[in-house]
Amino acid sequence: MLKIKTPKTHRAKREIEKRAPKFVENGKKTLILHGTKTSDVLNTVLTQIYHLKRDNAVKYTKKNENIRPFESGGETSLEFFSLKTDCSLFVFGSHSKKRPNNLVLGRMFDHHIYDLVEVGVENFRPIESFEYDKKLTPRIGSKPFFAFIGEGFESVEELKHLKEVLLDLFRGEVVENLNLAGIDRVFVCTALSSSTVFLTHCALRLKRSGTAIPRMELVEVGPSMDLAVRRHRLPNDSLKKEAMKTTSEQPKKKIKNVSSDVLQGKIGKIYIPDQKVGGITLSSDVKGLKRERREAKKRKVGIENEAKKRKTASD
Amino acid sequence: MDLGNLMASDPTHHFESVPSSRQELTRACLETGTELVQAIANAVFALPSTDDPDGPIVRLPPPTTTLPREKHLPKPKPPTKWELFAKMKGINKHKKDKRVFDEQTGTWKRRHGYDRVNDDKDIPIIEAKLSDEPGEDPFSKRKAEKKQRVEKQEKNQLQNLKQAAKAGALPSHVQLAATALPITGTNGEAPKKASKEELQNVAGMAATATASGGKFDKKLPGEKPAKHAGKYRKFLPVVEGKGMSSQEKQQTAKILDQLMNKSSHGMLDVNKAVTMFNVKKEKQRKKEKEHKTSSAASKLKPKKKSLKKSSKKKH
Repeated sequence: MLKIKTPKTHRAKREIEKRAPKFVENGKKTLILHGTKTSDVLNTVLTQIYHLKRDNAVKYTKKNENIRPFESGGETSLEFFSLKTDCSLFVFGSHSKKRPNNLVLGRMFDHHIYDLVEVGVENFRPIESFEYDKKLTPRIGSKPFFAFIGEGFESVEELKHLKEVLLDLFRGEVVENLNLAGIDRVFVCTALSSSTVFLTHCALRLKRSGTAIPRMELVEVGPSMDLAVRRHRLPNDSLKKEAMKTTSEQPKKKIKNVSSDVLQGKIGKIYIPDQKVGGITLSSDVKGLKRERREAKKRKVGIENEAKKRKTASD
Repeated sequence: MDLGNLMASDPTHHFESVPSSRQELTRACLETGTELVQAIANAVFALPSTDDPDGPIVRLPPPTTTLPREKHLPKPKPPTKWELFAKMKGINKHKKDKRVFDEQTGTWKRRHGYDRVNDDKDIPIIEAKLSDEPGEDPFSKRKAEKKQRVEKQEKNQLQNLKQAAKAGALPSHVQLAATALPITGTNGEAPKKASKEELQNVAGMAATATASGGKFDKKLPGEKPAKHAGKYRKFLPVVEGKGMSSQEKQQTAKILDQLMNKSSHGMLDVNKAVTMFNVKKEKQRKKEKEHKTSSAASKLKPKKKSLKKSSKKKH
């Protein structure tokens, strides 16, 4: 016996539809959490990543002892959290003697683990340690620039993977229109060796140059750290194929207010709102007003002349 | 260079000598970073821009680096039974008006909802046809038919949703939930759901099964106290009056009545029985009195003829 369950309120329905699979997806949300033991450094790293991604990240504060991303059974909690918060990226921090300052960056597909990169944080410098002009602080939610330096990002398997994950993590929403005044920040990643990447977050200062294109200046602002790639897990081929699928066909867009007639061809409907005749404010430089003022002046002059004439006449 | 993601990578950069200090490293990275960012900015500013009060807006091209999706692509839902039938027969959908002319009342009414067209409430008289049986109520027949139609529709809806769920294309706001397990085995009747009162009684019974009669059990919040307070014997007060309402008299009278009622067969006239009993008793007393007094005195007295019916029976 099956029963049809639908949400009872419109709000609940809207929330469910937001989370449904779509052709063009929403921006990915990030889940930031940590395991049983974390170091000071790691805590700061997690909070600063959260600050960088304020709008679309969720930070959990409790310890999670049963999460072990690389083990087969230790992923269930992560998948459950991902389902509940609708997050498809996660950053899991833990600290142990064998793997100090460990960060696991992972992605989910359909709320199941897609791929993982385990990275160790070294030489971390928090935002507070940088001195810069506060006016340059990048705003939350601005689209960042990315600069990947080094041949390692093309040749080494692990670095290629890390590049993809970092891009996904810090990209933000995919937008069609970009406001050029809102270019604030840049992530610079340099491959120091085949297993270490130097990541830093800088603010952009646009300087006046001769041409229409401003000159860029980088000012180190945000956290900077060395990421040492430890382990990584690539997705299976079938899963990868499934996730990379895109359809060229877009869902049919409904064209409103257009109809076609046999006699007249294509007809469109235009709706004009009512004019608020009583509420229109008159602007100061209307031609009619100028003319009024001119005429008023003429009249005044005429009266004065008459007065003068009368005076002379009376005299 | 990926304009859609505002990303640039420089694979050709090499560190001639590994920078010794951290500062050197950062400086070198920032330099190369600046070059890359400048290159992206040149490309981005070169795109056609539209003016906006906030700043120039530029249309970015779609990103070239493909990143995996968050959720699977939505699958197209299979056509419903009606849709298949309509396609086969060539029936097209026509847009329906919200207002329809109601023949019954002669006014314009809504098609669905409050005050609708063809509502059963509006029919005052149903004329009888020759085929109608005399005992039937046509109004309730109409209601029953409508109920059947609605049930059929719901069944069809459920079937369509099940088909869609099989194809993996259930609409996001609908969930199919199992209400009860399918009926299998010898026990055909489904176990009846216990009512609230029954559950309360059972809980009470279980409580009194303890040695102390459930008196000291911790009560859950919301649990009502036991119906029978636990006192099963009623002791009469030691000192009481002898009037009509004395409890002892009432108690004994009650017991007596119950006994009498049990043994009686219902055909006993209590009053008659009482008078017969009294009369017999009087006679016995008289006889005893006569025996006590002398026998001579009795000879002089005329023998009373017994008026009893049983004496007449002899002849």
